[in-house]
Amino acid sequence: MRDFFIKIFRIGRKIKDQFHSSWMFICFLLILVLPFILGFGLLYKSNVLIREQSLLQLLFSGNWHPLKGEFGFWPFIVSSLWVTILSMLICGPVCLLSAIHLTHYAKKWVLKLMHPVIDILAGIPSVIYGVWGILLVVPFVSRMGASMGHPNSGYTILTGAIVLSIMIIPFVLNILIEVIRTVPRELSEASLSLGATKWETIKYVVLKKAFPGIISSFGLGISRAFGETIAVLMVVGNVVKIPTGVFQPGYPLPALIANNYGEMLSIPMYDSALMFSALILFVVVTIFNMGSRYLIIYSEKKI
Amino acid sequence: MGRKFWKNTEVGVYRVLMFLATSIIAIALLLIIVSILYKGLPSLNWQMLTQVPKGGYYFGKEGGILNAIIGSLYLSFGATILSFIISLPLAVYINIHRAKQKRLVNTVRFLLDLLWGVPSIVYGAFGFTIMIYFGLRASLLAGIITVTLFIIPIMVRSMDEVFKTVPKGLIEAALSLGSTRSETSYKVLSRQCIPGIITAILLAFGRAIGDAAAILFTTGYTDYIPTSLSQPTATLPLSIFFQLGSPIPEVQNRAYASAVVLTVIILIISIISRILSRKYYQERIK
Amino acid sequence: MGNESKIKIDNLNLHIGKNHILKNIHVSIPERQLTVILGPSGCGKTTLLKSLNRLTDLYPEMKIDGSIFLNEEDILHSKTEITLLRKKMGLLSQSPYPLPMSIYDNIAYGLRISGRRKKKYLIKRVEHYLTQVSLWDEVKDRLKDSASSLSIGQQQRLCLARGLAVDPEIILADEPTSALDPLSSKQIEELFVKLKQRYTIVVVTHILRQARRIADYVIFMYMGEVIEHGPAKDFFENPKEELTKEYLKGAFN
Repeated sequence: MRDFFIKIFRIGRKIKDQFHSSWMFICFLLILVLPFILGFGLLYKSNVLIREQSLLQLLFSGNWHPLKGEFGFWPFIVSSLWVTILSMLICGPVCLLSAIHLTHYAKKWVLKLMHPVIDILAGIPSVIYGVWGILLVVPFVSRMGASMGHPNSGYTILTGAIVLSIMIIPFVLNILIEVIRTVPRELSEASLSLGATKWETIKYVVLKKAFPGIISSFGLGISRAFGETIAVLMVVGNVVKIPTGVFQPGYPLPALIANNYGEMLSIPMYDSALMFSALILFVVVTIFNMGSRYLIIYSEKKI
Repeated sequence: MGRKFWKNTEVGVYRVLMFLATSIIAIALLLIIVSILYKGLPSLNWQMLTQVPKGGYYFGKEGGILNAIIGSLYLSFGATILSFIISLPLAVYINIHRAKQKRLVNTVRFLLDLLWGVPSIVYGAFGFTIMIYFGLRASLLAGIITVTLFIIPIMVRSMDEVFKTVPKGLIEAALSLGSTRSETSYKVLSRQCIPGIITAILLAFGRAIGDAAAILFTTGYTDYIPTSLSQPTATLPLSIFFQLGSPIPEVQNRAYASAVVLTVIILIISIISRILSRKYYQERIK
Repeated sequence: MGNESKIKIDNLNLHIGKNHILKNIHVSIPERQLTVILGPSGCGKTTLLKSLNRLTDLYPEMKIDGSIFLNEEDILHSKTEITLLRKKMGLLSQSPYPLPMSIYDNIAYGLRISGRRKKKYLIKRVEHYLTQVSLWDEVKDRLKDSASSLSIGQQQRLCLARGLAVDPEIILADEPTSALDPLSSKQIEELFVKLKQRYTIVVVTHILRQARRIADYVIFMYMGEVIEHGPAKDFFENPKEELTKEYLKGAFN
């Protein structure tokens, strides 16, 4: 009788193990195929549009008249580029300087303060950044533009870029701190023992060693910035026009998707066009992501 | 003398710049929180937190955002639970069952990192496509599924980072005691890492409750608290977004008040995970 | 032998938190000789070496007190110009860490830092120091290559040349052969024997045989204390302390 129960118990255990294993395997498969499903799904939906019009015209034409069936994505692509590049120009130097500060110069209390600050900044939702942008950054940019001879509503490329740069700071900064920390201490010791000062050591040795990592962190920042939606959408103005300056409104790709989902099904090919912009986002972001990560892996191997 | 003077000046200038950069970051956070609280707190009242929108709410009349608060909680809890069911086994799987196949594991990590980088609006668009394909309407369920896809990479990678720190010897010891692999994995690994796992869950939950772009197409928006998965639902981020779009000042003020609610939720989550991770860190040192 | 002391360590103590890492170190290091700091792993010998050129500054958790005199100047005194002092000591670490630049720039780095920027001068110096570590013939055709393209043994010699290039008086080496193959180790040891005519050399090692081969003077450490020190001959043939005898018999390993 006891043997019987033990046997049952063993069988039960085995079945449980079997079940776990197969569930694990299913989850595993899901992750393996998900990126491809994502890509192909978007490609499939945007195929209608791509077959209808040439890819070059779609990407580089400025004619955006969905009702007439004209879909030129150039204004949106240019806006996205403006906002992304500008935000990296703001965020990059700030993050790099701060990362050096936090890894090499900061006192203990600064570190203690900055850890939660970075964490919380990373956790704040996009929409909150948007609200903050409307409250503070929009009036600020409006006044700044006026004083520089570019009167504007405050809802501009620059506003979007400022909000965006603050949003991606925690993301880029965390990677940078990690990258700079992994530079072996022995390298600094070697440089110091040759009579270099701390700053010379950082400038010529630490940053040089960390250079691939720094570039990848910026690349990852760009990919993050390029796809950011709600916060940018709330402050960037959303006017379909190729922007020619930072004090003009823009209309980045993610905002295009988010703003028009309502009408997407009522205009022919509009849904396909929006899926096409999602596809552009997906492809660009993934390329930047892969490139940056490959650079990190490659430079690690080289060492 | 000249050279040394310039050297010192250079260091001085850079040290000031570095300190400024760090200060800018801290001040930015301060500005965000203070401006949201300053604008939002005056309009925040009990009625807002406990009532759903009444007739004329969107013209500044009676009501609250309970529908959005409850909707957001439903959505985030649903998505967090669903993605936990997928993420924990997956994290265990790549850290134990396939631990020896380095290439495979690294490929999975790479894919997860790529997925993590995909913007939530793309998930939203994709979710919408799937929804249309299956003939579903915008609903809580569709939202949960979309958000789940979007937070799985976050959860798996965070758990993965925690599991990596478990000594290999411990796992091998448990395996050699005759426990089957799943038992070992779940008991040894999970128990060892509970604070880390909870941190991962909280991180994912925070993302889920704060994201707007992924659910813009998929959850719809209603003034009621959903009673089943197939009904559409309101969410906090979208309620902020929509109310802010209104031209009426009272409604805009409510958007700021809703922003306070969301910010407070996020702050609570981040404080809890901070406490947990500190505890975890201390335990690990022992 | 000229037994004048180059470095005098006086009442040196070092703590990390509650751990007492170096305990009351009192010892002198003779000039133009090869001094070996010997002892089992974790006895504090590397920490002692790093205190000599105050690399302990890099580790904020370390609390150090006492004094270390180099030519009558206290290294640990906070007013001492540390970069000048460090330049007087070349450092060779456990495994080679070439700077992330070309072979040429690795040598030229220290010279440029100290203000020597004339190209002609640099080229001459680079050749000179690479020849001193017998690396010149191996690398003269690829000076612009990244230093990490060299073999580990070559890298370690490059690091030695890099240290020599700033014209130090002392060479500090922290188990310099532990990452190297036997042949490269031998090369490094031979270089040390050659270089001690002109430099004061301090080598940390836990390899007893290596110490026997190269040492002129031995400092034996155990658990953060200096147990015994003296000329190599006396130390190996006539150890005074029980612990030293045990160690030499191999009881620790």
